[in-house]
Amino acid sequence: MGDCSLHWFEVKMPWENLSPEITYTRGIMIRKTFEHEIQHVKDEVLLLGSMVESAIISSVETLKKRDIKGAEKIIDNDREINKKRFDIERQLMILIATQQPMAHDLRLLASTMEIISELERMGDYAKGIANINLRMGEEALLKPLIDIPRMAKIGTDMLHRSLTAFVNEDVEAAKAIPLDDDEVDALYNQIYRELMLLIIQDPKSIERANWLLWVAHNLERVADRVTNICERTIFIATGELNEIKSSDDDFWKKEK
Amino acid sequence: MENKYAIEANALSIYYGSFMAVNNVDMLIEAQKITAIIGPSGCGKSTLLRAFNRMNDFVPGCHVTGELLMQGKNLYSKDIDPVEVRRKIGMVFQKPNPFPKSIYENIAWGARINGFKGNMDELVEQSLLGAALWDEVKDKLQDSAYALSGGQQQRLCIARTIAIQPEIILMDEPASALDPISTLRIEELMQELKKNYTIIIVTHNMQQAARVSDYTAMMMLDKEGSRSGTVIEFSETKRIFTNPKDKRTEDYVTGRFG
Repeated sequence: MGDCSLHWFEVKMPWENLSPEITYTRGIMIRKTFEHEIQHVKDEVLLLGSMVESAIISSVETLKKRDIKGAEKIIDNDREINKKRFDIERQLMILIATQQPMAHDLRLLASTMEIISELERMGDYAKGIANINLRMGEEALLKPLIDIPRMAKIGTDMLHRSLTAFVNEDVEAAKAIPLDDDEVDALYNQIYRELMLLIIQDPKSIERANWLLWVAHNLERVADRVTNICERTIFIATGELNEIKSSDDDFWKKEK
Repeated sequence: MENKYAIEANALSIYYGSFMAVNNVDMLIEAQKITAIIGPSGCGKSTLLRAFNRMNDFVPGCHVTGELLMQGKNLYSKDIDPVEVRRKIGMVFQKPNPFPKSIYENIAWGARINGFKGNMDELVEQSLLGAALWDEVKDKLQDSAYALSGGQQQRLCIARTIAIQPEIILMDEPASALDPISTLRIEELMQELKKNYTIIIVTHNMQQAARVSDYTAMMMLDKEGSRSGTVIEFSETKRIFTNPKDKRTEDYVTGRFG
């Protein structure tokens, strides 16, 4: 019966599978188009990052100078940031649909989706600061800004380095950058105490103190979101998705 | 736990004469799951698949070393009847290959020669239902199987396979000759079939492996210049396609393997 089955079993002879042309070469790049598209998306993320970076810096600068026109411009520019984010999202969707990314590629494209949303939210913080500037109207700053620009400087510096780490998939850098968040939190803490003191001294200053507290809070959030970007970069490179411990948790505990 | 694995390969190597085609494969195939075997052409996927039901016995000079265990029995030991092995482990091929007979006879024939004595009409209906073909052919069971479309013919071949009530179904590129809709239909059917059968599928279509399988075995020639294929990574499908351990698997599933 074994024989009578032969005519209907399609048996491929072994030599049909073994052509002498089979070559075994690894590392040849055979997805040039896809690689090119990925590079393009990474460039776009860097561009979005630099738009957000300059929005944050100028939101604090215009506040320092009480420059209302400048603040309005930041609010206008936020629309460009949002538009760019949707643009990149669309490109990512097309790549996922047409290229069927797997493994590292899949982690990269999915994480980029997360990262651009983090960036867009950071843009909103800059817009938030600009809105505070508008809302202050004719009121003068409660105190000269010293630590707030420092927070902005450290935060945007972290942002810049986190995007470099993202593009280079640099795990070591991605692990190191969130440590700087402690410095931002320390400044935030200091500003908080200082403003509390001013409120106690002169309760009429509550509103003006509150405005500055919001500004500092927005900047503190920027650094937190940088940590999220670093988490994604580690995930892209290693496949491990872990939350980087935030020093915020300690901050709130101490304040209780 | 004894039924967790349907079949088990231990240090299984497959030779064509003195040429080793598959080198030292260890695999535990979980029962009622779909296991996909992927890898570049010529790495021994089909050879390994055919070893599971001793189809390679038809190839002159082909022999194996190591063990292939099903319920604790080595399928290659001398007292095992290969025909019995093929009854327990059915196979579906790349090109639909119905017999040049009626739809009904395509299913009845295999059962009959295997000594089936029950209600044949019922078996035919049940098998066609199981292969999701019944509604399309119930009014023309006496028509030639060749009158069916490619996708229908392939489902007929699946019906023919399950009519023998195997435990394992091997599929060698079962959808590569079919259009996308017929392909999806076969893939849906596989999800139904795995409730009752263990399925091992060889496919070149990585998206298909990702869509249908629970486990994926990645095969590759074991080293540069070698002609022997082996399983380099065997793991849950979701792992293979999101975070494979082996760089070569990564290169293959992301399409960087040249």
